[in-house]
Amino acid sequence: MAMFIRVDVDNSIIEKAPGLADKLVEVCPVKIFKPAPQANAVEVVEENVDECTLCDLCMQASPQGVHVIKLYE
Amino acid sequence: MRFYEFETKQLLKKHRIPLVQSELAKTADEAEKLASHIGGPVILKAQAIAPGLAAASMREVSDSAGAKAAATELLGLDDGGRKPNGILVEARPTGETVYSLSFTYDGTTKRPVVAAADMAGKIDDLGDTHPERIVRRHFSALYPFSDYIAKELAKSLALEGNDLKRMTRIVSGLARLFLEYDLADLDVRSLVKLGDGNFVVLDVEADLEIEARHRQRPMLDELGFAKEDLRQVREPTEFELEGARIDDEDPRGIISPIAEFDGNIGLVIGAGGGSLTLTDAVRKHGGRPANYAAIGGNPSVDKARRLTKLVLTKPGVDKIAVMSNVVSNTRADLVARGVIKGITELGFEPADKILIFRVPGAWEADAAKILKKYGVEYCDRTVSISEAARRAVEKVG
Repeated sequence: MAMFIRVDVDNSIIEKAPGLADKLVEVCPVKIFKPAPQANAVEVVEENVDECTLCDLCMQASPQGVHVIKLYE
Repeated sequence: MRFYEFETKQLLKKHRIPLVQSELAKTADEAEKLASHIGGPVILKAQAIAPGLAAASMREVSDSAGAKAAATELLGLDDGGRKPNGILVEARPTGETVYSLSFTYDGTTKRPVVAAADMAGKIDDLGDTHPERIVRRHFSALYPFSDYIAKELAKSLALEGNDLKRMTRIVSGLARLFLEYDLADLDVRSLVKLGDGNFVVLDVEADLEIEARHRQRPMLDELGFAKEDLRQVREPTEFELEGARIDDEDPRGIISPIAEFDGNIGLVIGAGGGSLTLTDAVRKHGGRPANYAAIGGNPSVDKARRLTKLVLTKPGVDKIAVMSNVVSNTRADLVARGVIKGITELGFEPADKILIFRVPGAWEADAAKILKKYGVEYCDRTVSISEAARRAVEKVG
């Protein structure tokens, strides 16, 4: 369980943008996202969440669909 | 990282530096055969790394029978818990004129320097006993080495004509090799001028800058260096091997070679090149470091976590000090996450186990928030390295 970061994904938003799920998987430098079984959706890889470098690339890709929360603030 | 002499000679041979006839024997029988093949008196050198073995690891014998007996004895030497990695069997050159050369970095001018003397020996030692016989030239680590520097050096040794040309070629070749392979030191302790006028290298040692071991991997592979072989002066402990494994298994960031000491203050230090200063600062204030372990270059949270657990579970260690240099580009927040995660996974409260957390680094504001949340004492660069170390030592009691 991550101690410092939480990543919330709203797949109902991700699914509406073709290619967005693939982009999220691609842009994260620490592999927090992986393709979900259902099409055009992602799952959060919990063991990698604390590695988040807060680069914001995922939130830039989907400002509404992904939220990164610092648990220490 | 110290090379065995036979490895250094492999590099020199590749760069066409003239060498004395020399072969590596793995057994006493092989040494006998090689001595017989070379003929006449030979020199045997046990291939050892541990310091202080220079005299004990060398024998001069007159024939092959003597070589076998001497090799048997040399192969039994204790090389810091290891056995010697073979015996170098070398012809004994008959020349009378001997020189020495040394390539290293001058910490004052921050440039490479080559020093030479018209006598055999280690230049460092000759500097104490015969400083008047040493000549030096600095050169650039950025621009290609120019032959004129080698020529100036050779001229300073009062060499003329063919001697000057030959010495220039050797010095230039060695300087290029020194730069190409990221060597920290290259000492030719004996460069002999033979009766026919040619020079040959007899005794040589080389050290690789340890941080260059990754980019020098092709050369190390060529020499047969195992990846985990850090050429410590003694056999690595299980603690040190585990540190190397943690570093090797995750390419993000670097844990410099970890060394185990017998103290009680665990150190997770570094970032920005301050690890040695930080270790010294702990010692200066009477503390006894349990280890040396520099972490930097933006390690992953997981790497910092694993290092923390390794240090904190070392027998005799109850608390750790986490400190970095005044200026550091390493993400202090990621290190803080890793350290706290490691401690909590061991079932402890971070505040109980961290003596001090000196946070200078990138994202230090986030690091401070993390540490504050877990009640860990932290300080920024307004607290000197020395003062941070003093506080850590004081707290451990």
